[in-house]
Amino acid sequence: MEKLRRSMLFCPANEPKMYLSAPLFKPDCIIFDLEDAIPVREKDSARALLCEALQFFDFGDIEIFVRINALSTPFGNSDVLDTVAAGIRRIRLPMCETAQHVVELDTILQKLESSMSLPEGCIKIQCAIETPKGVLNAAEIATASQRIISLSFGAEDFTRSLGIERTLPNKALDHARCQLALVCSSLGIDAIDTVWADLKDMAGFEAEVEEAKRIGFKGKSCIHPKQVQAVHKIFNPSPEAVEHSLKVISMAARAFEQGIGVVTVDGKMVDLPVIHKAERIVNLAIAAGMIESTEVNYDLQKK
Amino acid sequence: MIYKKNKIGRLIPTSIEGIGQLRIYGQIDTEESGFEKPAEIRKTNRSEKKLLQSIEQALDMTCLADGMTISFHHHLRNGDSVLMQVVEAIAQKGIKDLTICSSSLTKAHEGLIDYIKSGVVTGIQTSGLRGQLAREVTENCILPKPVIFRTHGGRARAVEAGEVTIDVAFIAASCCDEMGNMNGKLGPSAFGSMGYPMVDAQYARQVVAITDNLVPYPASPVSIPETLVDYVVQVDSIGDNSLISAGATRMTKSPRELLIADYACQVLIHSGYIKNGFSFQAGSGGASLAVIKSLKDYMSAQNITASFASGGITSHLVSLLEEGFFECLLDTQTFDRLAVESFMKNPRHIEMSASRYANPGAKSCVVDKLDIMILSATEVDTKFNVNVMTTSTGIIMGAQGGHPDTAAGAKLRVVVTPLIRKRIPIIVEDVMTVVTPGEHIDVVVTERGIAVNPKRQNLLARLQKTSLPLMKIEELKNLAEQFTGKPQKIKLGEKIVGIIEYRDGSVIDVIHATAER
Repeated sequence: MEKLRRSMLFCPANEPKMYLSAPLFKPDCIIFDLEDAIPVREKDSARALLCEALQFFDFGDIEIFVRINALSTPFGNSDVLDTVAAGIRRIRLPMCETAQHVVELDTILQKLESSMSLPEGCIKIQCAIETPKGVLNAAEIATASQRIISLSFGAEDFTRSLGIERTLPNKALDHARCQLALVCSSLGIDAIDTVWADLKDMAGFEAEVEEAKRIGFKGKSCIHPKQVQAVHKIFNPSPEAVEHSLKVISMAARAFEQGIGVVTVDGKMVDLPVIHKAERIVNLAIAAGMIESTEVNYDLQKK
Repeated sequence: MIYKKNKIGRLIPTSIEGIGQLRIYGQIDTEESGFEKPAEIRKTNRSEKKLLQSIEQALDMTCLADGMTISFHHHLRNGDSVLMQVVEAIAQKGIKDLTICSSSLTKAHEGLIDYIKSGVVTGIQTSGLRGQLAREVTENCILPKPVIFRTHGGRARAVEAGEVTIDVAFIAASCCDEMGNMNGKLGPSAFGSMGYPMVDAQYARQVVAITDNLVPYPASPVSIPETLVDYVVQVDSIGDNSLISAGATRMTKSPRELLIADYACQVLIHSGYIKNGFSFQAGSGGASLAVIKSLKDYMSAQNITASFASGGITSHLVSLLEEGFFECLLDTQTFDRLAVESFMKNPRHIEMSASRYANPGAKSCVVDKLDIMILSATEVDTKFNVNVMTTSTGIIMGAQGGHPDTAAGAKLRVVVTPLIRKRIPIIVEDVMTVVTPGEHIDVVVTERGIAVNPKRQNLLARLQKTSLPLMKIEELKNLAEQFTGKPQKIKLGEKIVGIIEYRDGSVIDVIHATAER
């Protein structure tokens, strides 16, 4: 089944209650943050708390990430070593600007996997692209390691680096977001959109998520539980789209069995791109729990 | 002391010094215990002027004496100043050994501690007790006899049945004329419904209205008429009505409470009770209020209009009334400023007495017409018994309110509560204090799971068709303990400091002091 990363909920790693409450809201991913949200004096204790929590809590199907401090800081290396030893298999690398940043982390992870007798490549990386340089190097960054499963965009640092305000609309942001979405799509990895900080403005948040979906992002970084369900609602296909897609697949399968080349559904011709799109929607619906895989009476792989 | 086990397995003494014989919850009473009304006809000297100069004069005129019972209402909640004004005047006159029978007590009444210690007040009967006063009662046993806790309906029943004889009822009114026609609707200290003192006025031996807004005769509208009032006293202030809500009815922003509310709303929807003409009540806690919001969205989408909402009325219910989601509100206690304003202007916002609200001895009452009740809890046990009175460590901190009344009457009783509160499990093997018996609870909704009382198999079958996270209540308890560890048993003192009177007057539980004295 497709692994969804519609919502990636940030939780400061130094707050014990977050470990208890964050899974309640069923985000696809939780990112325990050791970087920006943690004061310098609490870096070590936050890391220790995270490692302890990873031993204690069962997060079920939720994909758990840690946002480490940059490897150039005094904390980055320990963040990797300790959290991987505690069970972390997903790392968000902040302020990633060059392929060299990735290689540096990749080298550490190779050694760790070897010393811990872990399967090679089992620890994955998400690169946070947060500067103009990172955006320009996105393709190089994304191909620097086989471990990379997604790129995430960070608009706050991006606009700060560029010396501009984060306004709406914003052509500079549009360009960067489109660039990341294209790079990820071309490599078959996930593009994750930036956080939205104004918790009071849910309408603005939802508009930005809609836009992210239209651009080609696969998910959104969230900073509050109430954003999670809104993101899922937008990234999930509509029930009508699911119903139509099931119909397309079913009709296409029947046509295939009968040796008919072209089929029409609701008066519209169904060709291969339409079938592929329908498959994507159905797969998404299954992964999102909207339908059971048993409701699809045609093997999607068989075609 | 001889103890007997009541119907839910709690040990209840058969009698307590200063209180007398106790009726045991769930045992059939062989003695006559009907709901007789006092036969005494109260006489007032009609030549006397009702309007008096001061509270002191009212004490003289009513011949208040040692050992009597005086009553108050708590509609002004944290802003009430009438009770303390009266008790201070009583103390100055050297009167002692009084019992305070108040509809409830709040932070505004912490000054009672000194008067209890000096012997002016020796008995308390109330719906609830909080703050320092509650701590002094539980930890330091400052009262010579236990506090009797009654439900709102149970208090009305006890007063009407003559089980409580109120010698003088002191009734704060925000609007009153010189003959005693009064309301809580008008005036600078308006607080809304006068649901609780309506009963007192009818059955107390003497009634004193206390107002800071004396208006020309005849005051209108009338919540309590002059026919029941002996004296009227004008004071500078009856209290601060801005403290009625004191933040208690703010809509929660807590993601956890919103999640609980969302689950609870789904339970209501799938229960089949949400349909045109349904009736509804919810507490004023965070998750309960959030249920109202979620419910509104569903009612709007389905074009459903409810019949009435009842009990304590909040601004959230008022907005539903004004937007046409409810036909009317039946208000026994008005909970915030916007609700007071609604009560002033909207004829479909209707005042009701505590007796009409929930008196089990009445010929009928509103709670028996309720379809849905959303209840809060400080603890729920695996028998579905609910505690809203004491902390998990045994300290008094809450109120019975209408909890057992509405649970007994409503068709669907849903408890909303977090599984864990401040590292303490809320779903437990045995609650510290039983206020509402588990047989009257249908569903417990937490943020991690929903437990349906096995006695409601039909409801369980309906909910099993949904994706809601259903669990057995024991599973919820175990889940809580996975996070918190198994709580150690709290050792309590022998001395009984509180009696939990069920709405029918029997004793469902007792509260022990937290330490041996």
